[in-house]
Amino acid sequence: MADGVQANEKSMSIIVTKGTLDWAYPPFILATTAAAMDVKVTMFFTFYGVSLLKKDLDLSVTTLGNSAMEMPMMGGHMKMPNIMGIMPGMTALTSKMMKGMIKKKGVASIEELREGAQLGDVRLIACQMAMDLFEYDKTDLIDGLEFAGAATYMETALKADLNLYI
Amino acid sequence: MADLTLDTQGVSCPLPILKAKKALADLESGQTLEVLASDPGSVKDFEAFCRTTGHRLLEQAASGETFRFVIERVG
Repeated sequence: MADGVQANEKSMSIIVTKGTLDWAYPPFILATTAAAMDVKVTMFFTFYGVSLLKKDLDLSVTTLGNSAMEMPMMGGHMKMPNIMGIMPGMTALTSKMMKGMIKKKGVASIEELREGAQLGDVRLIACQMAMDLFEYDKTDLIDGLEFAGAATYMETALKADLNLYI
Repeated sequence: MADLTLDTQGVSCPLPILKAKKALADLESGQTLEVLASDPGSVKDFEAFCRTTGHRLLEQAASGETFRFVIERVG
């Protein structure tokens, strides 16, 4: 069978289009969990998703435009007003707070999940077009990547049991 | 007595599953892995993991905030 998929093996593809800290979690959690459950996984990183493949990750998250964001504070949940998100330094502060929460609650870091994905033989494809568009160089990104376009993704997706767009 | 014990207390999904998968790979077919977890979601997760991978969930128990699973490696 093509793509190294065994006869009984399930396969999954994920298109990763976002590069913020919060949006980095769903694709990597799903990919690593699927790989742990013997699913053959392909992740196609395009647009802002390419930044999740950088050697040095410095992911951020903003409260701006995120009206669903409620931070656990003082026993309750506090909504983050947009006006606060505009203030200088707020993105850095929010990102730092979020990373602190993640570490405290024993949630894996994106670096750990990404490493887990590679160890789990998840196929990582970087969209060549997005790399050209945002002027990323291969040397900016981690090793072990394939570089391809939409048709490569399409071929994998057409055969996969599960296709996700994140 | 399980052949190997894996303590994943204090870590959240998906790490308990990922670590268990890795530990099972180091065991021989028929050997057992005992997993300790603090993540309540791990109860359903380990059931699903075993159903999907074919490994056998021999025991599961909860005491206080600790969840205990014994998984037999199949194949």
